[in-house]
Amino acid sequence: MKVSELMEALNLKLLTKDVALDGEVRGGYASDLLSNAMGQAQPDMVWVTMQGHQNIAAVASLIGLAAIIVAGDAPVAEDTLSKAELNDVVIFATEASAFEVIGKLYELGIGKE
Amino acid sequence: MAENKSLKLGFDVAGGDFERAGEASAKIKKMLKMIGVPADIVRRIAIGTYEAEMNVIIHAGGGNVAAEAFTDATVITVSDKGPGIPDIEKALQEGYSTAPDHVRQMGFGAGMGLPNMVKCSDEFDIKSVVGEGTTITMRFEHISEDL
Repeated sequence: MKVSELMEALNLKLLTKDVALDGEVRGGYASDLLSNAMGQAQPDMVWVTMQGHQNIAAVASLIGLAAIIVAGDAPVAEDTLSKAELNDVVIFATEASAFEVIGKLYELGIGKE
Repeated sequence: MAENKSLKLGFDVAGGDFERAGEASAKIKKMLKMIGVPADIVRRIAIGTYEAEMNVIIHAGGGNVAAEAFTDATVITVSDKGPGIPDIEKALQEGYSTAPDHVRQMGFGAGMGLPNMVKCSDEFDIKSVVGEGTTITMRFEHISEDL
């Protein structure tokens, strides 16, 4: 599934401007601990978190994630977005809780491949 | 024996600078990718370097992050003149952390940094003297598991 299809299916709000949405999503990971996400998430995964500070962009860029979903209406700092745009990292926001988001991702078949 | 030439890259990292955190790691990653180090190795190097870079920012008040890429391996050296680690064995335990609360709220300081570095590198060495500083050396062989 493509990042753009994921956005539509989960009704996600796209926060980053001018970033490519045609990347393929291969699996997902959820954690609010950056070291844990860093060590466990694999390239092209979607990362569900409630952290919104700029270091999430650095982590996503370093491990080559497909997108970040900031769940639970958690605030995302402005400088997080500028850093993400600079590094071609896609960040979505949603009011849905991390639990709901992950459930929907599984319903879509992400994580089952 | 063939001459083993190397490519060096080093960056000073400022303590407490969460704004630029990860930039040294990102530049090193870019260089390794450019010279053709396999993607899965570059990923492991990026993880180890980022963890070490974050430790310098969180604990040491600044330091240096350096990469030396040979044809067969990359060596990352991260050094600081911070407070040093009194009990290295304890610091290497998963879950042990001395990070302050404001850093933990950002999702750091879960006591995973050093264990992550040990796990993702092929050789790991840490030298620390209380009151003088810490130096971490990680070696990553360029042998891809994807091949």
